[in-house]
Amino acid sequence: MTADPAVVVAPHTFTWLYLLAAVFFILALKALSSPKHARYGMWTGIVGMVIAAVVTWVAQDVNHDWVIAVGFVAGAVVAVPAARFIKMTAIPQMVAIFNGVGGGAAATITTVEFLHDAPRGVGPAEAVEVVFGVVIGCISFSGSMFAFAKLQGLMTGTPVTYRGQQLVNGVAFVITLAAAVTTVASPHNVWLLVTALAALAVGVGIVLPIGGADTPVLISLLNAFTGLAVAADGFALDNVVLIVAGTLVGASGSLLTKLMSDAMGRSLPNIMFAAVGSKVTASAAAGAADRSYRSGDAVDVATLLAYSRKVMMVPGYGLAVAQAQQTIVELAKALQSRGVEVTYGIHPVAGRMPGHMNVLLAEANVPYEELKEMDQANEELPTTDVALVVGANDVVNPAARNAPDSPIYGMPIINVDQAEHVVFLKRSMRPGFSGVENDLFYDPKTIMLFGDAKESLTRLLAAVKAS
Amino acid sequence: MISDSVTLMVIFVLAAFVGYEVISKVPSILHTPLMSGSNAIHGIILAGAMVVAGYAHGVLQTALAAVAVFLATGNIVGGAVVTDRMLGMFKGRQAGRGEREEAK
Repeated sequence: MTADPAVVVAPHTFTWLYLLAAVFFILALKALSSPKHARYGMWTGIVGMVIAAVVTWVAQDVNHDWVIAVGFVAGAVVAVPAARFIKMTAIPQMVAIFNGVGGGAAATITTVEFLHDAPRGVGPAEAVEVVFGVVIGCISFSGSMFAFAKLQGLMTGTPVTYRGQQLVNGVAFVITLAAAVTTVASPHNVWLLVTALAALAVGVGIVLPIGGADTPVLISLLNAFTGLAVAADGFALDNVVLIVAGTLVGASGSLLTKLMSDAMGRSLPNIMFAAVGSKVTASAAAGAADRSYRSGDAVDVATLLAYSRKVMMVPGYGLAVAQAQQTIVELAKALQSRGVEVTYGIHPVAGRMPGHMNVLLAEANVPYEELKEMDQANEELPTTDVALVVGANDVVNPAARNAPDSPIYGMPIINVDQAEHVVFLKRSMRPGFSGVENDLFYDPKTIMLFGDAKESLTRLLAAVKAS
Repeated sequence: MISDSVTLMVIFVLAAFVGYEVISKVPSILHTPLMSGSNAIHGIILAGAMVVAGYAHGVLQTALAAVAVFLATGNIVGGAVVTDRMLGMFKGRQAGRGEREEAK
């Protein structure tokens, strides 16, 4: 029992450092939910992670340092450039893929734990922990990868439905459950493999029927899943910091998922299962094909804007797709220099995920005070001369207020119909993601300006400068 | 005296409540960064990957452990970089305000 000079840090100290890391994670989440401290929040989290990682590396048996070093360097070499140089509009799929690899790691780790302990026998308690880590981790992995593929355009963004889908998903789920139970009852590698494969299939089955616009909510849910998988790994490895961090993310991610689906005015089950077994929405839009509407050219609209007192920009998904943030901001500045009061009305789910539009406009240097959240925007709209809707549709569709039979009824919207004039910048008369017709297009006070959002805005900008 | 697994369970339950409470008042502006930030935080699974890499036995386990470290690093590093970039833009917003005030 002579003191080894090499062992300077006693195991007890590790526990204290783990506690410190856990506190940092909580502070990080806390700070991330306030605009002022959000960035400090991320760095607090990073400090916590560095502490936990270094402590873990120092504390463990020194086998295979090279494995860790190689894996770490390879991971960083791939991830940093990907995260660094991706366009801000591609953020959702980046979150999806980084979430997916986390889930994959969680599943792999419990698998190694299982294989390692198998020769000495795996007890039921440990088997349960392992199975949890593998099942949730695999669902999160395959689900996130397919969500990535959808958002990246590697596969269709529309819901994928086929006959017997519910049956297939149900069977995959039952096989997962049965294989998981069998693994606990008789811990053999084969059963764990079957469990993992079936769980991967479940993950794919969950994602396929979900449309591109709903994918962000799905990613948030899968984020919470990965958190829980990490917590399960924490139980399997008796590692407190994994339990704390994983559970924090699991709980906060679940709440965040709920907040997001609330912002879309839909329940989570509705988002998850709406497409399965229903093909109603497409036909609902067909009825209104022959109605008349007013389309204008850029000069008309520019004149209207330039001689207004108060204009509200209402940007949506289409703006992000067209990469037109910078142009809309230039247009706003041109109008402001003529004395027009310009604000931005931001729907909570404008863009490709909740809060995304704020990020995009902040990137284009829009001052904070000009960004109005939905409630503020709605207060100001009755006194607004022109609402300029760029690439948004469902989030301003009055059907959400006054058509109880509409699929989007009850969704909170920005009431652009209360402004004196409404201008829609759109590619065509095609309805939005929900497939619901927008009566506002046919309202006499509405002007449609067709074309790519960026081109239309550029033409508007030129016309405003000329007028 | 409570057993080890009960202690872990207590930690789990308390952490769940903390996680729920701590973000209960997040404005919708920050939904995206918060999702991305918490995504980075579960990247701490890297610690778990290191643990199993430490005692992995034989080629299969070692290879899987290396894969786990690789994936977990992608999660932690990628998640943190993306979040930091995103939040950097929120700071840019204040710079934008400064510019405007100077321009007035």
